[in-house]
Amino acid sequence: MQFGILVNEGPYTHQSSDTAYLFARTAIEKGHTVPRVFFYHDGVNNSTRLATPPQDDRNVSARWSKLAADHGVDLVVCVAAAQRRGINDDVLAPGFRISGLGQLVEMGIQYDRLVTFGD
Amino acid sequence: MSDMDDMDDGSGIVKKFMFLNRKAPHGTVYALEGLEVVLITAAFDQDVSMVFTDDGVFQLMKGIDTKGIEVKDFSKTYRALEGYDIEKLYVDQASMDARGLTEDDLIVDVTVLSVDEMANLMAEQDVVISF
Repeated sequence: MQFGILVNEGPYTHQSSDTAYLFARTAIEKGHTVPRVFFYHDGVNNSTRLATPPQDDRNVSARWSKLAADHGVDLVVCVAAAQRRGINDDVLAPGFRISGLGQLVEMGIQYDRLVTFGD
Repeated sequence: MSDMDDMDDGSGIVKKFMFLNRKAPHGTVYALEGLEVVLITAAFDQDVSMVFTDDGVFQLMKGIDTKGIEVKDFSKTYRALEGYDIEKLYVDQASMDARGLTEDDLIVDVTVLSVDEMANLMAEQDVVISF
């Protein structure tokens, strides 16, 4: 099955991004595909490469980047939400790209399921 | 608010999208940014429904004035939805009752649904996005 994933909260304050990541990784392990993850609202803050969490904690943006590198997951950050929050191409972690909301709507149209992770 | 040129993902597929609005219009950004997604989905010629439930019913309340909190007042956008062929607006009866609201308090025409009717409507959808 093809899953599209929508992440609506930023890292660390909320668990949404962690849960979305674990869902995506597990779905892929089980033989499903996750062609794209879309980051909206404060979810765009998952895309920065400038975060330096403590060594003994998970690095949320880095593990999204690894998922993209390992499985070709397209990590899309909403441009309007990103501009409001100071996220631009200069700060993006590997595997993320900035694009429009049409990419979210496309997931709903084309994939079998669209799963939202947020509050 | 957004670029309203017709968009197309090339597939010609039309799915039923329901947008579930659960939050008050101000206090968080969910209502404002959620509305952006609704408008883009309509531009993709999809079958769009909007549901207002819990504090989301306040999004449609008459007389919103944001001057005191110095944030953008986007409530006019709800009245413009018809122009984007977004005409399926539903509100949850229990949420209205709990907040002392009736249809007369709202800025647009809506269909008021019971919990059971709402559940049936949700079951018919292909995609449900909650803000």
